[in-house]
Amino acid sequence: MTLSPLQLDALTEIGNIGAGHAATVLSQMLNERINMSVPRTSMIPLSQVSEIVGGAEAFVVGVYIRVYGDAPGSILYIFPRHSAVQFVNILVGQHRGPANLLREFEQSALKEIGNILTGAFLHALASFTGLTMLPSVPAFAMDMAGAILNTVLLETETVANMAILIETEFTAKNQESRGQFFLLPDIGTLEVLLNAIGVDKGCRR
Amino acid sequence: MPEIIRVGMGEYAIARAPAQLSALGLGSCVCVCFYDASLKIGALVHVMLPDSKGNMDKTHLTKFANTAIPYVLNELELKGCARERLVIKISGGARMFQFTSSSSQISIGDRNVSAVEKALLAVGLVPAARETGGNYGRSVTLELETGELKLRTLHVELLKI
Repeated sequence: MTLSPLQLDALTEIGNIGAGHAATVLSQMLNERINMSVPRTSMIPLSQVSEIVGGAEAFVVGVYIRVYGDAPGSILYIFPRHSAVQFVNILVGQHRGPANLLREFEQSALKEIGNILTGAFLHALASFTGLTMLPSVPAFAMDMAGAILNTVLLETETVANMAILIETEFTAKNQESRGQFFLLPDIGTLEVLLNAIGVDKGCRR
Repeated sequence: MPEIIRVGMGEYAIARAPAQLSALGLGSCVCVCFYDASLKIGALVHVMLPDSKGNMDKTHLTKFANTAIPYVLNELELKGCARERLVIKISGGARMFQFTSSSSQISIGDRNVSAVEKALLAVGLVPAARETGGNYGRSVTLELETGELKLRTLHVELLKI
C-alpha cells in the first residue's frame, strides 16, 4: 500500500494533536517542562525497524498498550535505560541497586507514565476524529530495543512488509529524561483514521 | 574479520565460510539455522509468524514458518547441500511482555516455535539444538567456519549451542 504526501502529513497531524496533550499532562505530572518534537510519520521496511530505536541491541524499557475500539492498534513507549531510571527517580524517589533491575513498583511507575500519556493522546485523537479508542492495561519489558519492537509488530499481526510508525520524541529540560513513542495502526485502521479526517482518497492497497 | 551478514525480520541469507550470519534483537520471532559441515554452507532465516494462511502477500515466503522452511531447504539443496547432513538449530520465540489479563493465551513466540518444529518435521528435519522461549530478547550469530551458533542476551552470559 502507498500513502500520498498529504496522507502522511495528515497522520503526522494526528500524532501532533495527541502529542501536545500528552506533553501537557506529563509536564504537570513531573512538574518539569517537557518538550515534544513534531511527530514523524514513516513507512519503513520491517527489516529496518530495529535501526530507528538506537540499534537492535540497545538496552531499553518498553511500555506497550493495545488500543481497542474503532481504530485498533498499538502504542509503544521506548525509554533508554538511564532515562527510565531518571523518570523513576522523579516519580517514586531515588532508585537503588543495579540499573538493569527495576523493582515492581518502579516498573509500575513507568507503566503509569504510559497509561497517562496514552489517555491524553487517545482523548485528543478521539475528540478530533469522533472515533472511540480504548486503551488496554500497560505491559512492561526491559530488554533489547529490537526484540521489543519486533514483538509489538507481531502482536498486531502485521503481515504487510512495511510498518507505519507515527513517532514522537519527548525530552525533559535536563535532557536526561527522554523517550520515544510509536503509534502503530493495525491493518485496516489506517483507512479508518484517514477516512475520519477526510483524506482517504487515493489510499491504495 | 570475516564478513557478517545481517538478516532482518522476515528475511533469510545463505552463505559459505568464513562469513557469519547474524540476526539482532530477536523477540517473539524465531531464527532457524541450517548448517552443512562438509561444505561449510549455512542459512539463517528470521521467521516472524507461524502461518501464511489468510495472508494476501505471497511474495515474502520467508516470513512464515510453514513456507520459510521448505523454501530455504530448497535453496540450500540447489547449492549442493544434502538434507541428511544439515544440522538445524533454532532460537527465539520469547514472550517479551506480560499481560496479566491474557496470561493464559498462548503467546505468538510459542506459536512460532511450534510452527517451526512442525514445518521442519514435515521435511524430515529435527533441531539438534534449541534455545527458545523465556521472556528475554536474543541476538544470534551463526559462524559458518565451525557451525557454532552464538547467542547473546542482555540478562544472561554468552551462550553457544
